[in-house]
Amino acid sequence: MDIDPLLLARIQFAFTITFHIIFPTFTIGLSAYIATLEVMWLYSGREHYHRLARYWTKIFAVSFAMGVVSGIVLSYQFGTNWSRFSEFAGNVIGPLMGYEVLTAFFLEATFLGIMLFGWDRVPKPLHVFSCIAVAAGTLMSAFWILAANSWMHTPQGHAIQNGIAVPVDWLQIIFNPSFPYRFAHMTTAAYLTTSFVVLAVGARYLLAGKFPDEAKTMLRMGVGFAAIVAPLQLFIGDQHGLNTLKHQPIKVAAMEAHWDGSKPGALVLFAWPDEKNERNLYEISIPYGASLILTHSTTGLFPGLKSVPPEERPPVKSVFFSFRIMVGIGLFMIASSILGAFLWWRRKLFDTRWYLLPMQHTWPLGFIAVVAGWFVTEQGRQPWLVQGIFRTAEGISPVAGGLVLSTLIAYVVVYAIVFSMGIYYINRLIVKGPVVGEGGKVSTGVPNRPMSAASESRS
Amino acid sequence: MEWYLPLIWALVIGFAVAMYVVLDGFDLGIGILFPFAESEKERDQMMNTVAPFWDGNETWLVLGGAGLLVAFPVAYAILMPAFYLPVTLMLLGLVLRGVSFEFRWIAKSSKYFWNAAFAGGSATAGFMQGVIVGGMVSGVAVQGTQYAGGSFDWFTPFNLMCGVAMLAGYALLGATWLVMKTEGPVAEHARKQAMLALYAVLFFMAAVSLWTPIEHPRIAERWFKLPNFFFFWPVPFVTALLSFLCWHWLRARNDYLPFLSAIGLFFMGYSGLVISNFPYLVPPVLDIWQTAGVPASQLFALMGALLMLPVLIGYTVFIYWVFRGKLKEGEGYH
Ligand code: HDD
Ligand code: HEM
Ligand code: HEM
Repeated sequence: MDIDPLLLARIQFAFTITFHIIFPTFTIGLSAYIATLEVMWLYSGREHYHRLARYWTKIFAVSFAMGVVSGIVLSYQFGTNWSRFSEFAGNVIGPLMGYEVLTAFFLEATFLGIMLFGWDRVPKPLHVFSCIAVAAGTLMSAFWILAANSWMHTPQGHAIQNGIAVPVDWLQIIFNPSFPYRFAHMTTAAYLTTSFVVLAVGARYLLAGKFPDEAKTMLRMGVGFAAIVAPLQLFIGDQHGLNTLKHQPIKVAAMEAHWDGSKPGALVLFAWPDEKNERNLYEISIPYGASLILTHSTTGLFPGLKSVPPEERPPVKSVFFSFRIMVGIGLFMIASSILGAFLWWRRKLFDTRWYLLPMQHTWPLGFIAVVAGWFVTEQGRQPWLVQGIFRTAEGISPVAGGLVLSTLIAYVVVYAIVFSMGIYYINRLIVKGPVVGEGGKVSTGVPNRPMSAASESRS
Repeated sequence: MEWYLPLIWALVIGFAVAMYVVLDGFDLGIGILFPFAESEKERDQMMNTVAPFWDGNETWLVLGGAGLLVAFPVAYAILMPAFYLPVTLMLLGLVLRGVSFEFRWIAKSSKYFWNAAFAGGSATAGFMQGVIVGGMVSGVAVQGTQYAGGSFDWFTPFNLMCGVAMLAGYALLGATWLVMKTEGPVAEHARKQAMLALYAVLFFMAAVSLWTPIEHPRIAERWFKLPNFFFFWPVPFVTALLSFLCWHWLRARNDYLPFLSAIGLFFMGYSGLVISNFPYLVPPVLDIWQTAGVPASQLFALMGALLMLPVLIGYTVFIYWVFRGKLKEGEGYH
């Protein structure tokens, strides 16, 4: 069969990594939240923190398991689908991934066992410590994999020898120009996403009149945290974009749908980029807006898409719209969390139904923004796999298109089953809520294994 | 440095793979034995014995894969496309098994589905790992530094037999693990299953040992060439001794020693693989020096590996110690 393996391999990678990133986003945030709850429990001795910690641990277990299995798939996909890329960049990004396994994955996996099954086997402080260790592990994991990914966007510290990239300065490779911004933006995104999940669940319980103590704690923690972090995310994202303008100006031009670099850029609110005729249709924009944001001057100039030939441009529509989805969600998060904080200050947070009603449905927003953000970042880099030095088309394995197609179909089928069941079970756990077992003792709803957590909701 | 770094890395990866095979081996073995359990209660008990460990066990596979990319990027870039389908099917098996493991506790009416997914996923993963090992013995078509064979080169009778052999081996590890960690009917069944698995393992070890030199003159030459032969003859001898001990300890109703001797058997099989291939990493043409990454990369990652390996072993010991002891019927780690 001669189907083009390149496009299929790209779709396969995009599909499997989009599936994967949903779970790290949640587990990075949730492990930190659970660790916070346990520390508060340890110091205050208040039982409802304990109940909340146990409740979220069950949900954590479900998402963590899905994160692990989808992650293992990715680490092998570099070889199966992108073998030429592995050969080209393996000397640089391989060790970074090696450090991720050595410093992060084993830490997570080991203390996860204690976090899930050790409630009654280890002393309380050791349990608290295990939660902190898992949270630290997820952060370290993000550190290394984002260093590898950022190097692909802003490569430095390497040399090209015999057609492959070899390391020259590891510190430069790890702390490449886009890495600090990406690490800050992504971890903040994870915490923000989680705080909206917590907030939404709290709102849902309050509206249903269930678990009022826990619901209020969740709502306060969610609103309070988001109100601080959402504006911070706008600031980090802005800095991230300014940095990208320096290193990947064409990506920024695609985000802004800015064609002609000889004129100041307008801030395009809506448009339909017409890639063939190199213009925007149905454009609604604020004149000079983009120039003001990116260059801090209404007359400032920045490169437009036309400054490079069409085959050097990323897919404009997708980058443009993904960027608007992310920023739109970011702005909504700022507005809604500050509104919530205001209501809290006026002591009306818990009984303002018009606020709680929509907020209970906001839990998916963060995930959508994260995926949209990654689409901006990764597609904006095209046609490069490693910006400026290695093209995506060069990275593909010498495999038959039919092979990539059939495995792609297999992934879609298996992931669809796993994903829908996973969401279904998490929802079941949420419906069940942080319940108290017999004798006033917190139900020993310790999952026998990560996902068996949800079985408790049956009994 | 260019001489000994690849050698050290080969040791590190060899160690990670050995850890993986033993640790995830019994874990997959439990999936392989799953269909033969007599009740849901027994299945629950079987699963509970690996609950806190499976994630850590699988992480050794990630270390092996990442280690190959770190230290031998050329080998990684050749072997993965060469075993494209076996690797992908193994991964899908691991996905299904990892989650079904969990989902079956929730599902009431569709529990049978997740039982099947757990067993099927484990068996697929184990079988494909055997096929890949067989493929490493058979050799891989290479041109320059890229894979040059077809999509189904791995699909040979010899490789498929290695897949079945791996299933038998994992079943033996799984059964002896259950002997060690459980009581009651589960342990009784496991004792019988371990015996059957042991016979199967012996059969396949003999088959592989005969078939390999016949089909692969390259390996026959290695085994039987004169100075080598003197060093290698203890391998079959120790294997026979370990099998006898395993058989004996199973009959003597010992709890721990059958598992240990099964691990020993695995190491003997593994050493056979090493003897047949070393120092080739992409047999029969590319060795560990030709596929190695540049020294700067190997050295940087090795510092981390040497620093962290003792810690990783510490983690592993720690978690097995926290959840030590036998698991009674109807008991989870509560
Ligand atoms: C920003 C964070 C982040 C990003 C961009 C990625 N991951 Fe991930 N990954 C994690 C954050 C994470 C995590 C938080 O550490 C996970 C998620 C849930 C979990 O179990 O650990 C994880 C799990 C996880 C595992 C299983 C670890 C185990 O056995 O315990 C592997 C092998 C990978 N990932 C590999 C990858 C690869 C090859 C990626 C890119 C191509 C990738 N991850 C992107
Ligand atoms: C975790 C969040 C990530 C997401 C959601 C993501 C998303 C994507 C998407 C959508 C594509 C397809 C782009 C296209 O073909 O137009 C892609 C490609 C790719 N990304 Fe990422 N990416 C992520 C992280 C990473 C990381 C951490 C790495 C490497 C260390 C990486 C390496 C690649 C590679 C090798 C490709 C394939 C070549 C290509 O099609 O561009 N990605 N990714
Ligand atoms: C509020 C305004 C925001 C701005 C101005 C902003 C800006 C940006 C920019 C410019 C990029 C692309 C960077 C590059 O590829 O060079 C990006 C990527 C990304 N954004 Fe945002 N962002 C905002 C909000 C959010 C929110 C609310 C989330 C999620 C909760 C989010 C998650 C992400 C992710 C995951 C990426 C990809 C990883 C990365 O490159 O950092 N962003 N953002």
